[in-house]
Amino acid sequence: MKIGIAGSFDSCDALITVIENDKLEIEIESIVENQFKDEIEKVIRTTLQALDLNKVKVICKDKGALNYTIRARLLSAIARMSDDNA
Amino acid sequence: MKNSLGREVPNSFTPYMEDSLTSFTPIKEKDKVVKTEFLDSIKECFDLLKLSDGMTLSFHHHLRNGDGVLNLVLKEIKERDLKDITIAASSIFPVHEEMCELIENGNITKIYTNYLSGPVAKTITSGKMKDLLIMSTHGGRPFLIESGKLKIDVSFIAAPCVDKAGNGNGVEGKNACGTLGYAIADLKYASKVVLVTDTIKDKLEFVDLDRQYVDYVLKVDSIGEQKGIVSGTTRITRDPVGLIIARNTAKLIDELGLIKEGFSMQTGAGSISLAVTQYIEKLMIERQIKASFALGGITSYYVKMLESGLIKNLYDVQCFDLEAVKSYKNNQNHIGISATEYAGPHNKKALVNKLDFVILGATEIDVNFNVNVTTDSNGIIIGGSGGHFDTARGAKTTIITSQLLRTRLPIVKDEVTTITTLGKDVDIFVCERGIAINPKRTDLIEKLKDSTLNITTIDELLKKAHQITGIPKNVPHKDKIVGVVLASDGTVIDSIYQR
Amino acid sequence: MIMRRSLLFIPASKPAMLQNAEIFGADSIIFDLEDSVSVDEKDSARILLSQFLISFNLDKVEVCVRVNDLHSPFFVDDLNAMINKKVDTIVLPKANVRDVEFLDKFLLKMELERNILKTINIIPIIETCEAVNQINEIVKINRVNGLLLGGEDLTNDLEVSRTIDGWEIFYPRTKIAYACKARGIDAIDTPYINTLDEEGLILDTKKAKSLGLNAKCAIHPNQVSVINEILSPSIEEIEYASRVMIAVEKSNDKGVFSLDGKMIDKPIINKAKKVLEKAKKFGLKVGAKDEK
Repeated sequence: MKIGIAGSFDSCDALITVIENDKLEIEIESIVENQFKDEIEKVIRTTLQALDLNKVKVICKDKGALNYTIRARLLSAIARMSDDNA
Repeated sequence: MKNSLGREVPNSFTPYMEDSLTSFTPIKEKDKVVKTEFLDSIKECFDLLKLSDGMTLSFHHHLRNGDGVLNLVLKEIKERDLKDITIAASSIFPVHEEMCELIENGNITKIYTNYLSGPVAKTITSGKMKDLLIMSTHGGRPFLIESGKLKIDVSFIAAPCVDKAGNGNGVEGKNACGTLGYAIADLKYASKVVLVTDTIKDKLEFVDLDRQYVDYVLKVDSIGEQKGIVSGTTRITRDPVGLIIARNTAKLIDELGLIKEGFSMQTGAGSISLAVTQYIEKLMIERQIKASFALGGITSYYVKMLESGLIKNLYDVQCFDLEAVKSYKNNQNHIGISATEYAGPHNKKALVNKLDFVILGATEIDVNFNVNVTTDSNGIIIGGSGGHFDTARGAKTTIITSQLLRTRLPIVKDEVTTITTLGKDVDIFVCERGIAINPKRTDLIEKLKDSTLNITTIDELLKKAHQITGIPKNVPHKDKIVGVVLASDGTVIDSIYQR
Repeated sequence: MIMRRSLLFIPASKPAMLQNAEIFGADSIIFDLEDSVSVDEKDSARILLSQFLISFNLDKVEVCVRVNDLHSPFFVDDLNAMINKKVDTIVLPKANVRDVEFLDKFLLKMELERNILKTINIIPIIETCEAVNQINEIVKINRVNGLLLGGEDLTNDLEVSRTIDGWEIFYPRTKIAYACKARGIDAIDTPYINTLDEEGLILDTKKAKSLGLNAKCAIHPNQVSVINEILSPSIEEIEYASRVMIAVEKSNDKGVFSLDGKMIDKPIINKAKKVLEKAKKFGLKVGAKDEK
């Protein structure tokens, strides 16, 4: 199973884990969940779509990251996906 | 029923109206006590006072998060399972967590306070208290008491030191906390007064609490923890964003010509405010300017300026650190004042009305300059007015400082979650991405028209914030009202909802 | 002519710092992919910085990126990620003549390939003894529009310690100042390392200014305002320059004339022009008090 992790728990950052999966699953935990959960999910979905990735599980633990950070951490986690990290 | 701000007001309360005038009919002070009785058991004290269901008990918060007196009384209420008690505490802190259980069990059903943080705030927000939370202001509280709108059956006043006659002060004893400004109305107007102390001396250096009002002195092992009076916000920020805001605020104050001989200020104990104070101090030294007074909660930074002759007088309603306590005790130009003298809306000579400027913080500010310091953006209670409303109303220029963004949450909103301070009393908002002036202050806008500071509008700041964060979704609240926010005259500005 | 006073280093790996980078008043921001980013975060820092530059509009500051040096395994990836129209300047560490020439050509090729119309500049960091000896050649390379002194690495190379007085960097400071002034580009001083010592920063910045350096790096946002203040023309200088220029207008090109009993000639007029140009660029108030 391939897995990739990027980001941190610093304020304004997010820790994103991407795991190989049989379908698309997205889990979001955020300190601004009430205000921005939908927006975070949208960013994750569109980024995955652009890469044609739909068989992954994405776990996003968010500390108030802006969209660009969510996108960057997701892209980094995907680029880092390998069996070594499992 | 809605008030003139368009906010919901529960029945039986008076809605805030734009042009309403504060009418004040004082009630009589309590009868003089001939002989103060000394007790050493809380049980005996409760027995003698015939404490029973439905009574109102009051407390001050000068020991802040180090207070042990409210907790002592809570324990005895629990022990006796008294019901429907109203607590009127000038502030409630995390240290008062024990209150949560009493609220849930119906021992405490109503609370008056000016500031509320920690577990009790969460319990009340979640709708567990039977009656309402009533959030007043530091000036509004003595107004309610002195006009009989808030009747106190017994006031338990933490007194760091008491003499054998029953006089008390805040400057001696192992838990000295300085001035006792918030307790003065309680002392004079509660039906019964108990000074709770851990130190009794033959003679006091001076008297803050006159024995003629004191029915009982209750001697206990400890009234709390002196370390807890340092509020934790009283350090100058090293945060670069905070410092940028502070520097621009100081420049702004200077460009407005507010640093002039004999000026007066209240800058508070927030970390940004303290940095502003330091910049102001530098300007004062450079130009050899002296202030006539500084007001409010007093920190070591003001004490230093008093001692170096930059400020003529400190008017102190509350000491924020131990240096302030020491100075209040030893320096005759460091003067203790009551909450009424500080900010009473019924007191024409209230010192807040003489302020040239005040610097305050914000959890949220909206495009109408209304400020919220009562709840967070999820509607959870995290504080309260304290003197925010009163000083904004009284001071000639009111400046709000805050970061524009708290992680992803914009501080500027279309509408604040809860109105604590009215937009018409707020003149300027300073954040790291610009300075917005209330459009009704055309005089200030004119003065700043050639400024090199980044002067913008509040709408622009909202737009900027949204560009960075995206537009936050409004967080829905439940229908149930758990509390009301009062103006200093007791009318309702806003309601707080269950979450 | 490019004119900078302050260049603020911001680690490219820290979102909280990236998104506030523009508020501190620095003339330039140097987003750092080199020393402040650990080896295992080089990949994510590149992606984070790229995404940040795409989504934030930084039109009021110069966007510089410090890439890893040419001989590191990260150089090519860094440049591939960072050559785009959002980036104004590449800051090249451990530079020497050959490296800068290589980067110059590399940038030209990439600009053509990527259809980037502007010219991306280079600020080489002078932090080896070799580079100090090559300063006069390095400044001749077209894209170079400033030299940045890297005091820490340079003194390591020289096998001496940094001192408060800074005699050990007196020679490179002076050499950079002369070479840059001769070319009309920025002479950028090494950062002051102790971020808690404002007095020290003030003295160090004044010393650099007195030697002819016109800009300085900041490694903490709190250093920017101090640097800007010292390296800006003073109110008195601006006022005098304004009066000189007003007098020039009144004199109708009569050549030499006097102001306050002092002869005003061409060098003074040129200096006044420079002061006013700087004041305008840095958003300072311009105007002569007694002329309205």
